[in-house]
Formats: sequence, structure tokens, C-alpha cells
Amino acid sequence: MSEHILEMSNIVKDFPGVRALDDVSFQVKSGEIHALVGENGAGKSTLIKVLSGVHPNGSYSGRILVDGVEQQFQQIRDSEDVGIAVIYQELALVPQMSVVENLFLGVERGKPYAIDWDTANSEARECLDEVNLDISPKALIRNLGIGKQQLVEIAKAIAKKARILVLDEPTAALNEQDSANLLEILRKLRDRGVSCIYISHKLNEVIEIADSVTVLRDGKTVSTHDMQGPDRLDEPRIVSLMVGRELTERFPRVEHTPGEVVLQVQNWSVQDPDNPNKKIVDAVSFDVRRGEILGVAGLMGAGRTELMMSIFGAYGKRVGGTIALRGKQLDIRNPGDAIRVGLAYVTEDRKGKGLVLGMDIRHNTTLAALRAVSRFSIIDLFEEIRTTEQYVQALRIKTPSIEQKVRNLSGGNQQKVVLGKWMLTQPEVLILDEPTRGIDVGAKFEIYKVMNELVAKGVCIVMISSELPEVLGMSDRVIVIHQGTLSGELHWSEATQEKTMTLATGGLEK
Amino acid sequence: MTRQKTEQSSLHMLQDQLRQNIRQYAMFIALISIGVIFTVLTNGVFISPRNLSNLLLQTSFIGILAVGMVLVIVGGHIDLSVGSIVGFTGGFAAVLQVNYGFNTATVVILALALGAVIGVWQGFWIAYRAVPAFIVTLAGMLIFRGALIALTGGQTVAPLAPGFRAIGQGYIPRLFVNVDAVAGFHDLSFLIAVAAIAAYVLLAIRARTRRKRYELTNLPMPLFIAKIVIVGSMMWFVFSIMVSYRGIPYSIMILMALVLLFVYITNNTTFGRHVYAIGGNREAALLSGINIKLKTFWIFVIMGGLSALSGLVFTARLNAATAGAGNLFELDTIAAVFIGGTSMRGGEGTVVGAIVGALVMASLNNGMSLMTVPSEYQLIVKGLILVLAVWFDASSRSSNS
Repeated sequence: MSEHILEMSNIVKDFPGVRALDDVSFQVKSGEIHALVGENGAGKSTLIKVLSGVHPNGSYSGRILVDGVEQQFQQIRDSEDVGIAVIYQELALVPQMSVVENLFLGVERGKPYAIDWDTANSEARECLDEVNLDISPKALIRNLGIGKQQLVEIAKAIAKKARILVLDEPTAALNEQDSANLLEILRKLRDRGVSCIYISHKLNEVIEIADSVTVLRDGKTVSTHDMQGPDRLDEPRIVSLMVGRELTERFPRVEHTPGEVVLQVQNWSVQDPDNPNKKIVDAVSFDVRRGEILGVAGLMGAGRTELMMSIFGAYGKRVGGTIALRGKQLDIRNPGDAIRVGLAYVTEDRKGKGLVLGMDIRHNTTLAALRAVSRFSIIDLFEEIRTTEQYVQALRIKTPSIEQKVRNLSGGNQQKVVLGKWMLTQPEVLILDEPTRGIDVGAKFEIYKVMNELVAKGVCIVMISSELPEVLGMSDRVIVIHQGTLSGELHWSEATQEKTMTLATGGLEK
Repeated sequence: MTRQKTEQSSLHMLQDQLRQNIRQYAMFIALISIGVIFTVLTNGVFISPRNLSNLLLQTSFIGILAVGMVLVIVGGHIDLSVGSIVGFTGGFAAVLQVNYGFNTATVVILALALGAVIGVWQGFWIAYRAVPAFIVTLAGMLIFRGALIALTGGQTVAPLAPGFRAIGQGYIPRLFVNVDAVAGFHDLSFLIAVAAIAAYVLLAIRARTRRKRYELTNLPMPLFIAKIVIVGSMMWFVFSIMVSYRGIPYSIMILMALVLLFVYITNNTTFGRHVYAIGGNREAALLSGINIKLKTFWIFVIMGGLSALSGLVFTARLNAATAGAGNLFELDTIAAVFIGGTSMRGGEGTVVGAIVGALVMASLNNGMSLMTVPSEYQLIVKGLILVLAVWFDASSRSSNS
């Protein structure tokens, strides 16, 4: 018997154009809580997908050992069979069904053709007791709060006799009390011998609960630390391990001279559509000046996208705050209003929200600004071609024809089409949400250059980015969002990765 | 060097064209095969000018519906109520004329207005109250069928004035040559045919030269000529039926005008573009500032108006309004649109394709009637065709992407 219940060694996983995991090794001891930390994109999620069989054996290289036995998972079911259970941030419960139905979904108790509800209910009772949940197994999931739903997920893992429990950001959506309760349950499970892999951006929780911590950075293991031993970590130390890479000259920084305030957002608050009692954006205020790039940093789920989309009139319900453009108050109710006053928003979800994949480059380019190529609602088809050609050339989009469907373009070229589409609306304020996510280095650099060109022409750019080097390398100022609130503002000359990450994780430095 | 120009041989291009447009070719092949099969099975009756002219008349009222249904389905919706609206608006028109003595022009205007009002009703629920189109129009199917029976008391309403009848039965007049009234050469139809074919050829050449100017890919010259010759001869074949037998029916003139109008709307107007964008990716359309609700609302107003127009043509053709008028037209129309290559997922589809689809459905109806296939088997065949058309669409799309 090995001391380690789980050993992953030398895992390498490639996606087209990127190496997501580069020789990652990771060991979990029997009955410990092992935290996995790292920046967005460090490879945590990919590692978990390899472990759970989402990325099947053969799509990566390296070895996975459970109890010292090599495993070759082809599908999620295989990893569940040896006792691995993953609980994702988005819970996988059926809201319309009862707790007991969810607990045994796919592994119903009883005979193959008939469910034995007595057995199911009594087993459910036991599982719920394990997680200190005092609810009826017949309660409907949709009537439970998010904290209890999270516990039902854990009970479900217990019902599957899970020995290795993987939790991805389990407390992201929970309030303080529910979080504390969850951590308590995890300790209890640990004491019964269940091992737990705990992924979280909340470093205070990590320090509170973890027995060991492994830091990932850029797809590589940085180090593993025993939190009881002499090399235990404190918060600043974890942050520096997470970001500790040199900023190379990947960013064409140009000195901008910011002019007058163009966009002024004050006390902006937005309701969470899933939970009316929660504000997903809470009293955020900031300015954008002419001819500057304002970086918006923060962790995933901090509310940056929601903040910008709500300003653009495309998200949730505003519950307070004002926006002014050049001193004039705006009342933006939908994206059409926003476009008319000179705002543009390039979404982070290129394929899902940015492009009509079945349309060609031309039709996508003009979609938000058909007005520019039409008169009295009649499109001048040849004017449309001329305009599209201009942008295809200016942005160096590589394609045999502007009649190519965007579905067939590479990620970088697709992103350029979206950028061209919004440049055509002649915006005064261009909001870019993760403008270089999932595209190769060459295309990234070209997009940075285009941003600088636009700024030189007097456009204001707001750039949300989860890549710290990008935010720090391109922005003139950086604002940092933490759990829906503004946690700080930094001038580029004073912004370091450590400072930004501290603010993003809710650290108190001001 | 910002653009990669790909030089392709004619053969390659032909292969590409075939692969990309497999659905379009499939529907022409289907149409021709159906024609050949019925010609054989009916000992040539199917292909006679008299029957083909009749077939075109039968195509007209489904074709008018199909033109609107393309917009509905491209926009990501469905309309199950068109058959009942055809019946109701047709019945309304007949009652106004037969029972209240309204003249034809007034009747036409009021019936079209009623169709538009019905569209406003359904569009309101679908666009502004977010009730799925499937439910709203399923309800409409019952509501307007009921309204028709309530209006006519289940009785047949007839006869109509000659002017009304002409919409569904009449032919455009001759200019000079006055030979046999039924068969023989129809000069005005001939002139229209020549003008239409000439217009097609000129527009194709103009588009080609302009595309060349903007360095867009064109078919190689031999293929381009082949395409013009093939499409031109197909146009001539259809027109020649009408030139040699009585001339072009008014209902076909209406349909041709609608096709031109809606081809223009789908290709050249911001409204058309927005409908395709909404069906192709609703989220992207929303973020592009498109007023999705308003466009959806208008789609159904247009569909209501076209249903009324189809109702007028159909009532005029029967010279009567009956309680069963328009029954199952929604099936023929939806099948026509899918056969015509419109994607059931929305965002893709053409008006011309839907017209070819309408010809396919009308040929099936016509051919099976000629063979005196019992109506119950006709239903079975048409149901199977609908499933096959959608299956073909789904499978060719999944293998493409």
C-alpha cells in the first residue's frame, strides 16, 4: 500500500496551439485535504479533467495511480468506479427532482426495472446525515438554498462511495456561514479517511483548511508544501508563487497621455438574476479617460463581465448607480441604446455571443453597424464589401475570401472579425472582455497593436483580462474587482502582479 | 501580403461547389425524379401542359405561405396556424362578398388586413410575452379554425364574383394573337418569359463583373456559362408550360412578385439580415443591438398577411369558402421549406429553395391525385416525406461541421 491514495505523474496535455499541462506531478495522501491553487489558466481545471476522465486516456501523456494501481480512464464513469468524485462550480443537480432522486441519479436503488424507494430513502438519510443536512430526502432541489445544494452534491459523492473528493471553487457562490459549514463538513470527512482536492481562489480558506498545498503556474507544478511542516505557506507567499514569472516583452507598451474623463460610472450595482438578494456588482465607481487603456483585473467570477455587460445594457437588473458619457447622463436599456451613444462591447464568449458562426465574414463584420452601409434600411451590398475589405486588410485577417464562413476561421482570426465588427460602429468607448483568450501569441500581439492604434485615435479602451501579465503589460491604469466590489485602483507604474493579485483575492492592502 | 489568394482549378471548384451545395442539388434532383416517376406511372398525363399548368396553380397558394414560412423558420420559430388562417381569412372574404355584397377590391383589402391583425395577435404573444411560437400558433390553429366554422356556420359560402374568382382561376390576357382560347401560343406570357430570362442573364453577368472588381471568387467562365444555360432553360421550361397553355395565371404572377420581393428583403435589407442573425445566434444578435422582439413581431405580422393572401387565392380557386379550407396546409408549407434547404435550427434558408420545395409538395399532391391514390395514403406519404426532408437536413449538416 502506498502512502499516497492518488499519484499523478508527468502529465502533459496539449490543446491545439497551447500546452495546457506541462509535466505536472501531483500526489494526494490518504485522508488529507490538498489544496490546488494557481492563477486563471494555470491548468487546474485541465488537471481535474484529466483526473476525472473528461479528457480520456490517450489524449494526454503521463500516469495516474490510485492506491498504487495505474488507471486508464476512458470516461467519467471509470474514474467514479475507483472512487473519484468531482463537484464542479456549476452544480450538476436536476432542480425539479427531489434530493433522493438526485442522490441516486443513474445508480437508482432497487431492481433494474423498479426503484426501491424505501431503501433509497433510508440510504439517502444516511448520506445526508454525513453532511449534517437535516432535510427530507423528498425535498425538491430547487427549494434549497445554494449552500444546501452544495452539500447535497457532497452527499451524492458519498453515496457513490467516493474516496477522493474534488471540489472546484466550492465556496464561490456561498456566503460566510455556508462556507464555514462546508469547510467543517470537509474536515469531518477527512477524519473518516476521505481525501479531498480543494481548488479555490480564496486563499484564506486554503490556509485555514488545507493539509498540503500545490501551486500550479503556466501549466507546470511550482511546488507542493506541507501546511503542518516547516515550509508552510502564508498568503503573500502563495501569491508570489502563483504569479512568480518574469514579465517579458510580449506587450507593445506605448505611453499614452490620458485626456478628459469620457465615461464615468458611479455606484453601479446589479442584481444577481439567480438570486435577487445578492448583488453581483456592488457600488462600483470608476472613470475612463480619453486615449487610455483601463485594465480590469480580478479572478474569474468576480463580476467583471457582469459589470461591463450591465453597463452595455445586456445583463441583469440595475439596482443603483449612474453612467455618464462626457458629462451627460445615460439611460441605457439595451445594447442598441449603448451602441447609439458610442459604446462597444467585445464579449469574452466569441463563439457563443460574438459571432454568428454560420454567416460569412462580411455579414458578421457589418452586423452591429448595418446603418453604416445602408440607406433607408436597404443595404448597399457593394459598399458592404468595400467596408469589410478595409477591415480585413487593416486587421490582417487571414482568409481566402470575405465570403468565408467565420466557423471555418482560426480563433485569432475570429477574434479579429469581432474586433472589426465593433470598430465599424465607431465607438468612443470600446470594452474588451478577455480579448486574447484562446488565441495564439502572434494574433495576440496584433490585437495589442490594434488597441494602441485605436487609443492613439482617441478611443477609450476598457480591457477585462484574467491574464495578469496582459493587464499589467497593456493598461495605463488597472482597477481590481473582488466579489462584485472595487477593491483597488493602481497606476501601471505601481501595479505589480503581487499587488494586483492581493487585491483580487480580497487582501486588504490599499 | 495580407490575403491568401487560393488558386483553384475548375475541377476543384466544381467539386467544392457540389459539396457545398449538396442540399440545393438534392432538392432539384428530388423534384426531377418525382416528375419522372409520376410521368411514368400516369402514362404521361403528369407531363401534359394542361396538368403542369394546373400543378403551378396548386403550387401558388402553398408557395405564398412558404415565402413567409422561410422567414419564420430562419428566425428560429414555427407557424402551425397558417392553414387555419388561410381558411378563416378566405371564409371572411367569401362571407363579405356573398352575404354582404362587398366588391372584390374591398374584400381583398379587408381580408389582408384581417390576416395582418391575426399576425399582430400572434406576434404579440410570441415576441412580447415570450410564449413559444409552437404554442401560440398551435392555439391559433384551433382558434382560427373555430372562428371559420363559427363565421360560416359550417356551410359552404359561394359563389364569388368573377373578379374575385380570377385571382385563383384567371390568366393574364393576350395582347394580339387571338387563336384558340385554351391551347396555343400566348403572346404576353411569352414576352414576360423572355423579359424574365433576359433580366436573369443580365443580372448574373452584372453581378459577376462587380464581384470581379471586388476580387471575390467567381465561378470559372465555362461553369458560369453552364449555370446560366441550365437555370435559363429551367426558367424557359416552366414558362413554356404557361405560354403554350392559356398563359400565366394571376396567382402565379402574384407568387413571382412575392418571390422577387422576398428575395430582395432577405438579401438586401437590414430587416432580412437581422432575421438571419437572430436565427443564427440570438445572443450575438442581441449584443449587436438588434431589437429581437420587434423583428420577431414583424415576422408574424408578415406571415399573417401572406396567409390571408394565400387564403384569397385558394378561396378564389375553389370559388367557395368551406369549413375544411386550408386544412393541413401548414404541413405542406413546413415540408416545402425544409425540402428547400432551410435549417430547422434557424439562421439558414432561402426563398427560392422554399419555392422549389413547394413545387415538390404540389407535385406529390398532384401526381398522387392523378393516380387516384386514396387520401389516407397521400397523408402517409407526405408525412414520411417531411421526416425524410428533416433527417436529410440534419445529417448533411452534422457531417459538414
